[in-house]
Amino acid sequence: MTAALMLELRDLSKSFQLHHLHDARLNVLRGLDLRLHAGECVALSGPSGAGKSTLLRVIYANYRPTLGAVHVRHGERWLDLAKATPHEVLDVRRHTLGYVSQFLRVIPRVPALDIVAEPLLQAGMDEQQARQRAGDLLRRLNVPERLWPLPPGTFSGGEQQRVNIARGLIARRPVLLLDEPTASLDAQNRNIVAQLLAEARAAGSAVLGIFHDEDMRDRVATRLFPMQTLEAA
Amino acid sequence: MSALLQVRGVSRLYGSRIGCEDVSFDLHPGELLCIVGESGSGKSTLLNTVAAQLAPSSGSVQYRQRHGGWLDVGGLSEADRRRLAREEWGFVTQNPRDGLRLNVSAGANVAERLMALGQRNYRQLRDIARGWLERVEIDPTRIDDAPTSFSGGMQQRLQIARTLVTQPRLVFMDEPTAGLDVSVQARILDLLRRLVNELGLAAVMVTHDLAVARLLAARTMVMQGGRVVETGLTDQILDDPQHPYTQLLVSSVLTT
Repeated sequence: MTAALMLELRDLSKSFQLHHLHDARLNVLRGLDLRLHAGECVALSGPSGAGKSTLLRVIYANYRPTLGAVHVRHGERWLDLAKATPHEVLDVRRHTLGYVSQFLRVIPRVPALDIVAEPLLQAGMDEQQARQRAGDLLRRLNVPERLWPLPPGTFSGGEQQRVNIARGLIARRPVLLLDEPTASLDAQNRNIVAQLLAEARAAGSAVLGIFHDEDMRDRVATRLFPMQTLEAA
Repeated sequence: MSALLQVRGVSRLYGSRIGCEDVSFDLHPGELLCIVGESGSGKSTLLNTVAAQLAPSSGSVQYRQRHGGWLDVGGLSEADRRRLAREEWGFVTQNPRDGLRLNVSAGANVAERLMALGQRNYRQLRDIARGWLERVEIDPTRIDDAPTSFSGGMQQRLQIARTLVTQPRLVFMDEPTAGLDVSVQARILDLLRRLVNELGLAAVMVTHDLAVARLLAARTMVMQGGRVVETGLTDQILDDPQHPYTQLLVSSVLTT
């Protein structure tokens, strides 16, 4: 059985032109090809500065590629995010692409439970059910119930990261991008995240991630995608 | 997908001086678009022109009405323009004193726009006003107080209640949080974020604060010297700015 192709990068390049810093040009990605299938978990590997986070951000359309294509299977059709309109990108993010960043972006006054429930609400689930599911996931990630009604601004790094993971994984996404989701977690919570990822894969999600912790990488990754630092142009 | 608002090649000149020039964008239902740029970049001129408060020197603004037909906003009679502003649109000004009526009570400020739509039942109007005061976190026992006795932040929340009570389909906001303390600002931003989601509002908001754009808007337009220099998803513009001016704006933000 061959798993469905979910994401295909073709000849992808990304450089940054810094207009106010002597017009410096940073070449971070060049001519990159990658295919990602349903149910697999590909770990990006390579030294710091090799462009791993940049690659995830380009796929999420947070950064705009300089050259090349980011083809994503979006429902029944394929879209090239390098050429998609903002409204198409938003739709892909709402239904197809999930992204868990390294750090939680805290919104003043919004409680942890609501932050986690939000992707479900945006997908049209009713409020009570969404909160119930958010609570279940936070409980599973060992975020104490007394913290749920509080904005996570004052939480510890590990607690914030677990809120972030819960938000990123609560709604099923066919393609998941993970930027060091377990960096500040202890062994027990890393285990839980590994289980959640295994469940997502079993449900058919394709995962592309950065896992610095080797033990974690060995547990979750089905293959590695090595990356190298480009020389400055 | 069908837009709610189509702006095409809109310019507004003040004599020979350019207010805004050749601006085009679409706004979809339920979407909040931010216009950012420094003072004098033309963002308020653009907002006022699109909202039919200023006549465009050239270009067109088309608005899709509740019943589906397109309306050429630039060609409206004054009476039709007023009807639109009353029934389908809302406008939140930077200074709440410009958007409120200061000589009538808080409750009357909220109820007034409903009365203009023909609601007359006093008790009902009062109940709705009280509900909206609560929604914008104003103690409903202050319903009979004049807005002049309110703090700046309360006045701004009252203006938001007054604007949203008629359930407009499209809201224009000009720097609604500028000039307020940061704690007050956070409260109003959170309020706007919730109300925009709950009511499915479409909105165009002018701000010079990139953090406000990040928090509220999926899409952002950057203006400089009356022209749009960059447009796209807000997170793209803030995290991967392409235009030199946007790069300057983004790199000038202090982080704490």
